[in-house]
Amino acid sequence: MISLAGRDILHSWSKFALTGLGLGLLIGVTFTMAGVYRGMVDDAKVLLNNSGADLWVVQKDTLGPYAEPSSVHDDIYRGLLGFPGIAQAANVTYLTMQVRRGERDVRAMVVGFVPGGPGEPRYLIAGRRVTRSHYEAVADLSAGFAVGDRIRIRRHEYTVVGVTRRMVSSGGDPMVFIPLKDAQEAQFLKDNDAIVNERARTANNPALNRPGVPGLLGAIEASQTSGRTVNAVLVRVASGHSPDRVAAELRRWKHVQAFTRAQMEDILVAKLIATASRQIGMFLVILTIVSAAIVAFIIYTMTLGKIREIAVLKLIGTHNSTIASMILQQALGLGVIGFVVGKIAATIWGPAFPRYVLLEPWDAVIGFVLVMLVCVLASTLAIRAALRVDPAAAIGG
Amino acid sequence: MTSDVGIRIEGLSKRYGEGSTAVDALKDVNMSVAPGEVVGLIGPSGSGKTTLLKCLGAVIEPTRGRMTLGGQVIYDGGWKIADLRVLRRDRIGFIFQAPYLIPFLDATDNVALLPMLSGQSNAAARARARELLEALDVAHRAKALPAELSGGEQQRVSIARALANRPPVILADEPTAPLDSERGLAVMRILDQLASQYATAIIVVTHDEKIIPTFKRTYHIRDGRTVEEVGDGRSLVGAS
Ligand SMILES: Nc1ncnc2c1ncn2[C@@H]1O[C@H](COP(=O)(O)OP(=O)(O)OP(=O)(O)O)[C@@H](O)[C@H]1O
Ligand SMILES: [Mg+2]
Repeated sequence: MISLAGRDILHSWSKFALTGLGLGLLIGVTFTMAGVYRGMVDDAKVLLNNSGADLWVVQKDTLGPYAEPSSVHDDIYRGLLGFPGIAQAANVTYLTMQVRRGERDVRAMVVGFVPGGPGEPRYLIAGRRVTRSHYEAVADLSAGFAVGDRIRIRRHEYTVVGVTRRMVSSGGDPMVFIPLKDAQEAQFLKDNDAIVNERARTANNPALNRPGVPGLLGAIEASQTSGRTVNAVLVRVASGHSPDRVAAELRRWKHVQAFTRAQMEDILVAKLIATASRQIGMFLVILTIVSAAIVAFIIYTMTLGKIREIAVLKLIGTHNSTIASMILQQALGLGVIGFVVGKIAATIWGPAFPRYVLLEPWDAVIGFVLVMLVCVLASTLAIRAALRVDPAAAIGG
Repeated sequence: MTSDVGIRIEGLSKRYGEGSTAVDALKDVNMSVAPGEVVGLIGPSGSGKTTLLKCLGAVIEPTRGRMTLGGQVIYDGGWKIADLRVLRRDRIGFIFQAPYLIPFLDATDNVALLPMLSGQSNAAARARARELLEALDVAHRAKALPAELSGGEQQRVSIARALANRPPVILADEPTAPLDSERGLAVMRILDQLASQYATAIIVVTHDEKIIPTFKRTYHIRDGRTVEEVGDGRSLVGAS
């Protein structure tokens, strides 16, 4: 037996190819959406991995530092260093802001880190680590930074000495790593006017500026401005100690929250990008429905165009199942063309996206099965129409 | 095919619909066609010609009567055949007013499709198709798609298709309608020759004045009743 479906496809291949192409581009968009989500999850993992930390110590009762604001005093890391099971501890700050590169503004997450400590980006694709304690930066490739570039952050110019890859915030902004002191200053400068303001308020407060107590006002002002904070302390656990155990102990004895890497990953994936992933999920549902509608419509019109032939086929004794499978095979054929086009399209345009698009082979397999299912469903309309055709119609009037 | 009976219809009636809107399209029709014989079925519009072909072709069910095809009773107050689809596939050849070829199959495969549907190998089915295309003088167009064939060539391919499974019976509904009189007569010659060559009983429904004289025997149908009329077949004999 010859393949009726195959022959029909070959016969009207241009219609088929064009429909398949259109469907394929739609499927490509669907794959890309899934890839964007996978990329977000993977970015989060890369971010956590590259920090080299085992524990994130943050402000009590917060989910900081990425999902919620967190601030802790910049001296608590000293106390942590003496804590059992902790090998290294270092302050970090995170501040999302506009930085200037040449004439252009770039939105970036500025990370203040202690060179040599946890939080320093571990893998550079170009250049070197920060060695001077001031005005050197390591920046991410995704914003187009290269070694030797000058970045302006607030009032200071930094020289890019190293370049990372795929170090982006959960919002997709490239990270710029600068020494902690500089970063704190950047945050502090932001509040310069506020501090002048605060000083005036303090001086005007009769309770704090008592005539009989010289030095009180100065002490209060000093404590107000010198009490600097950071967003988190990154901790590396000493070998032989369980991060879970150390985190539990920290939560118990220090007035802080401590997250392990697994918990942090959960916060990033389940909480921070949850809305984004629901958004993408919604797109996937709509794109699936649209694809199904297109396949259904095309296969249905193609079948209606063959009603006379189907009546003849039935009259000369073709099984209903043969006719149904012909239509089904055409729908599946369309699906296969669409899948291949979609996969190729997503692979081609994926890298052009501003965010990392991760096309997982396993997603492609699931996608293929889904496309086939959609095609089967979409062909039922046409199959029903074909099965209703009366063989007597072939004999005519 | 070895039977002495090609087609026999006895007391066949067909009523469409029920009650006050019922139409008695066939009323007690009697008719018989011997193997190797081509008979014409003529009558005014609405007289029941197509209805009769549909009953014989087992696509609509008669209301009453008896039909015998190739020596086998297929209907006697009810269908006597379990699978009408197989009956149509293996024992009846259909020729339509328009060729109705499958547009995506070439001439060979349009003919070979039937033997393939009956379970023959592709090679055997195609060999049979080539043999028939040869006999119908369209072998040189064997690889052409229907759209690439002339109207006459298409009609000959569709005749080859009707013959593909060596059916004892061929039902033709106005097969010469789209053809000029020359080609129409040529088709009738072919049918006549095939009928005697393969001992096939052929009924040809027609309005075509030019081919009516070619039948040795014609049935006139009027208001669902048949009248036999003997023709002389002179023109066809003269032409061949
Ligand atoms: N499906 C149907 N339902 C009801 N009545 C029908 C149906 N098909 C045909 N008829 C009626 O049965 C009668 C015979 O119709 P039929 O089609 O057999 O005529 P015909 O001889 O083939 O006519 P024509 O030469 O115009 O094709 C007509 O009165 C027609 O209206
Ligand atoms: Mg008719």
